[in-house]
Amino acid sequence: MEILEVLKQIFNLQTFSSTLRMATPLILAALGGIFSERSGVINIALEGMMLAGAFVAVVVSHFTASPWLGVVGAVIFSGLFALIHAVVSIEYHAKQVVSGVALNMLAAGGTVFLLNILFNTSGTSPSVNSLSYWGNFKPTVYLALVAVGITYYILFYTSFGLRVRSVGEHPHAADSLGISVKKIRYICVVTSGMLAGLGGAHMSVGTLDVFREGMTAGRGFIALAAMIFGKWHPVGALGASLLFGFFQALQIRLQGVLPIPGEFIQMIPYIFTVIALAGVIGKATPPQASGKPFKKGER
Amino acid sequence: MFENIEWKKIMKELSIPLLAIVSSFIIGTIVLLATGYPPVETYSALLKGAFGGLNNISDTLLASTPLIFTGLAVAFAFRCGLFNIGAEGQIIVAGLAAAWVGTWTGLPLVIHIPLTLIAAALAGALWIFIPAFLKAKLGVHEVITTIMFNYIAFSFTAYFNLKVLAKPGQIQTPDIKSSAYLWRLSNWIEMHSYLNLGFILALLVAGFIYYLLWKTTIGYEIRAVGSNADAAEYGGIDSTKMILVAMLISGALAGLGGAERTMGLYHNFRNGFSPGYGFTGIAVALLGRNHPVGVVLAAILFGALTNGRNYMNMLAGVPVDLVNILQAIIILFVASDLLFRRMLNYKSEGGQN
Repeated sequence: MEILEVLKQIFNLQTFSSTLRMATPLILAALGGIFSERSGVINIALEGMMLAGAFVAVVVSHFTASPWLGVVGAVIFSGLFALIHAVVSIEYHAKQVVSGVALNMLAAGGTVFLLNILFNTSGTSPSVNSLSYWGNFKPTVYLALVAVGITYYILFYTSFGLRVRSVGEHPHAADSLGISVKKIRYICVVTSGMLAGLGGAHMSVGTLDVFREGMTAGRGFIALAAMIFGKWHPVGALGASLLFGFFQALQIRLQGVLPIPGEFIQMIPYIFTVIALAGVIGKATPPQASGKPFKKGER
Repeated sequence: MFENIEWKKIMKELSIPLLAIVSSFIIGTIVLLATGYPPVETYSALLKGAFGGLNNISDTLLASTPLIFTGLAVAFAFRCGLFNIGAEGQIIVAGLAAAWVGTWTGLPLVIHIPLTLIAAALAGALWIFIPAFLKAKLGVHEVITTIMFNYIAFSFTAYFNLKVLAKPGQIQTPDIKSSAYLWRLSNWIEMHSYLNLGFILALLVAGFIYYLLWKTTIGYEIRAVGSNADAAEYGGIDSTKMILVAMLISGALAGLGGAERTMGLYHNFRNGFSPGYGFTGIAVALLGRNHPVGVVLAAILFGALTNGRNYMNMLAGVPVDLVNILQAIIILFVASDLLFRRMLNYKSEGGQN
């Protein structure tokens, strides 16, 4: 195979647009992860929150015939779903990773359970109305890009953002300045759920028009990887999501073209993330208080 | 007097898991009522499916076997203050390793069985090695790296299964040789269950882990690092080494779970080898308060739920996924044990994990 031919297969408009499409749920969920972790709460339940969002979007679209209401429903519901994570980890000081694992299980089990109850099937939901194109892309793609800008602005140019960052780095100092650590964390965790839910909605009523069992297929974890690879920064997460989205697009486009098996291309985001964490390409360091429950008067 | 105190301690340890289980079944009842299913019939069908006869009980124990291994893996790492969320990856890589070594020919079973078990344990340990090394040497958070290695494992095993070991068009590796079988108990007892010696092995390993943690120096050092790494360092314990050792043992434990599936149940490696044993293992460890005895009991409970759910589906028509919901809620409640502590008014906070 000519190298030029392969390069032509890789770098063209089609790959570019499918990269952006693939990156969208990653961008949204990674932004969610940034909000949560910047405030000091680890969120490995992005996967479950996306899945819940994808499901609710389809259910609402099914019953109202409006995919936009589906998107709104997904955002609201995933925000509420994230509230469980918030209550359990902020109020009851649960291990945040454990709570995350539980929510992922709950979303996986709950969506299939309800798929059975509502549509009498456990595989794929009936087709629903999906979002229509805005130009070359679905609206959710633009929303994701806008969300990057908004997140960047909020985190680095507003007093709320400053509070979020201080709560995630030095909660006790923030507390002594009269900032409510709990409140900030609640807001951030719920926001992370809403963003992840929007990412899920993009997959179910954006890219497709159905919900499939386990359809997020690990994207919540790739988003987590993108967040880390992007060093907990919205623009970094955007770059990492685009990179990982590119690999996903590549894997689909290059099936059978290149001698590299698709399975190895699938591994790339995860390997990159481990390398980034190991500090080979500039060390990725999480917010200091990330994962630690805040207990007043205790250090 | 002494006995009295011991009992009090045990009751206190048991109270939170039991409350968590009861609470989750209450929420399950609400879910059932809201979706129009009869709770009593549902739960009794679940119970019957799990324990209503020798075959059912054996199948429950069969379902609990990999969970004992993954539960021990997670619990063991927990004892050293580490979170092995990668048991899922370790169990499948180990299962694949066992499926490969198991096909070797010309070995007598006294060699082939231990060899295959060791291969699986080593594969599990190997799969956690990089996260363990990064954690011990550089302090890289093991949660994220073990998650990443889960996904690397999914792709890795899919490749080796489908493109290397399996015959074209098949989604499973060739069967292992009978010299590498963990024998099924149906060889001796009249039943249909595939319950095998792997279950006995799991119990023995649980006993060994208890011994290791509480009766040996290495176990003491691991627990010391787990309760306070800095203090342990002051006490002359090499915490870097202990973290590495604890994580490798944890990976090996998960790996043995993969060996049992391959050598006792499937006799090969296949797509969908593990329906989430590693993740359920986290729940098992937590519910079992990271104690080997607790892990075995919690694994049997989760095995019972898994095994009983088909019966529940047949008899009461309830979707099998109710069980996953119940499991998730149990974890949430165990994780928020502070809720129960406040309710029971226990003064001490935090517990062992």
